[in-house]
Amino acid sequence: MRFSALEILKQGLTGNKGWTPHWRDPAPKSDYDVIIIGGGGHGLSTAYYLAKNHGITNVAVLEKGYIGSGNVGRNTTIVRANYGLPGNSEFYSHSLKLWEGLEPDLNYNVMHSQRGIINLFHSDGQRDAFVRRGNAMRNQGDDAELLSRDDLRKMVPYLNFDNARFPVRGGLMQRRGGTARHDAVVWGYARGADQRGVDIIQNCEVTGIDIENGVVKGVQTTRGAIRAKKVGIVVAGRSSQVAAMAGMRLPIESHILQAFVTEGIKPAIDHVISFGMGHFYISQSDKGGLVFGGDLDFYASYAQRGNLPMAEHVMEAGMALMPAIGKAKVLRSWGGIMDMTPDGSPIIDKTHIDGLFLDAGWCYGGFKAVPGSGYSFAHLMATGNHHEPAARFRLDRFKTGVGLMDEEGTGSQHNLH
Amino acid sequence: MRLTCPICGDRDRREFYYQGAASILNRPDPDAGIDTWDDYLHNRDNPAGLTQDLWYHEAGCSSWIVVTRNTVTHEVIKTALAQTVKGQNT
Repeated sequence: MRFSALEILKQGLTGNKGWTPHWRDPAPKSDYDVIIIGGGGHGLSTAYYLAKNHGITNVAVLEKGYIGSGNVGRNTTIVRANYGLPGNSEFYSHSLKLWEGLEPDLNYNVMHSQRGIINLFHSDGQRDAFVRRGNAMRNQGDDAELLSRDDLRKMVPYLNFDNARFPVRGGLMQRRGGTARHDAVVWGYARGADQRGVDIIQNCEVTGIDIENGVVKGVQTTRGAIRAKKVGIVVAGRSSQVAAMAGMRLPIESHILQAFVTEGIKPAIDHVISFGMGHFYISQSDKGGLVFGGDLDFYASYAQRGNLPMAEHVMEAGMALMPAIGKAKVLRSWGGIMDMTPDGSPIIDKTHIDGLFLDAGWCYGGFKAVPGSGYSFAHLMATGNHHEPAARFRLDRFKTGVGLMDEEGTGSQHNLH
Repeated sequence: MRLTCPICGDRDRREFYYQGAASILNRPDPDAGIDTWDDYLHNRDNPAGLTQDLWYHEAGCSSWIVVTRNTVTHEVIKTALAQTVKGQNT
């Protein structure tokens, strides 16, 4: 069914009885051209672009839980393209352009809201770094704008500008940055892929990868063996486990990242605001809840929940930046499993096994990459060639030391990102 | 989460700095080759379940500690001074 204003009106007048499920619930076939392991945002967008851009529709997406149960339903929904390094810069630029055309493309309301993202700075040195980053963004063809303290006072008067430790001196703004409804993104991609013939198979956990003479032949699952000519691993925090089925050890350590949401309040925060020195960022959902988060808990974890020290730190940072939010009650907190790489940048590459591909290592920045990752990964799987915007996301860069993308400049080493 | 320092006893997690998988105690020979060094520096078993990792008691006695814990439940099973563990199968 195609969504339109007319359809909503028609359904509304007939008791909303005509809506149908967004995607089918097929039993797995015995054979596919392509299997995507992982029905998260990246896996489903890969399937969608395989079908849409490359005409490959004999595709199964295997999801061990249900669609939307992993990180795609656990993130803080921020969409931006404000990276500074070659490799990341062109990739996120491409992804943001896909976001901007996503709703008509999917015929789905993903509530993409380009409300602008502001990264605050507090010192001359930080200002210089942001000027440089802003120039890099503009050289990439994206928008970036340096805001003074006075600009910010008009736009976001509720900040604690005179915080003794981190006085707000200004910010780098990307007006095209913003948020999107995370569930809707994955539902939209699932629906779009399904409409093009992709089988989305939920509650189907991959338990093994079949390889013969260095060539992938298919997978073993909790719903039986499925053969395939090509297999893509797109499983975020579980990348190490699935890659181990193919005898691979990955440069990934899975960490916990927490997020928080308050009760709904009246519109107060109109942008996405990031307070890097406090490891704190915040936006307000359309429902009114303040959605915010901080840094990793910084130890390997698959628990999908964090510990109190980081929760306390995030609350303290929030109070330091905008004391007014202190009266809002926190409704929920949760955690996602982040597939952290040594340099903090992702991997979209072939593996040493013919027909087996890897899309992983999105660290804590995977949501905004959903369209771009799927687009580039589908290109790689379909053509065998790296897609230009993602051409630097190589698995061997850690071994060679060539092409590391250490966006934070902290060193290419586990536990530093 | 609390960790038991073998020297200081039961302490808040905030006193410790997390270094990473305890496999980094098994440093290869300088001339072991690029593959061995790549594996040592970058690749990880990254288990969902029992793991051993290396923590530094930064705000305490400054000892390095190997913590055996469960990454799925956050249960801490055992702690030992790194110097007593080093060279064993970590």
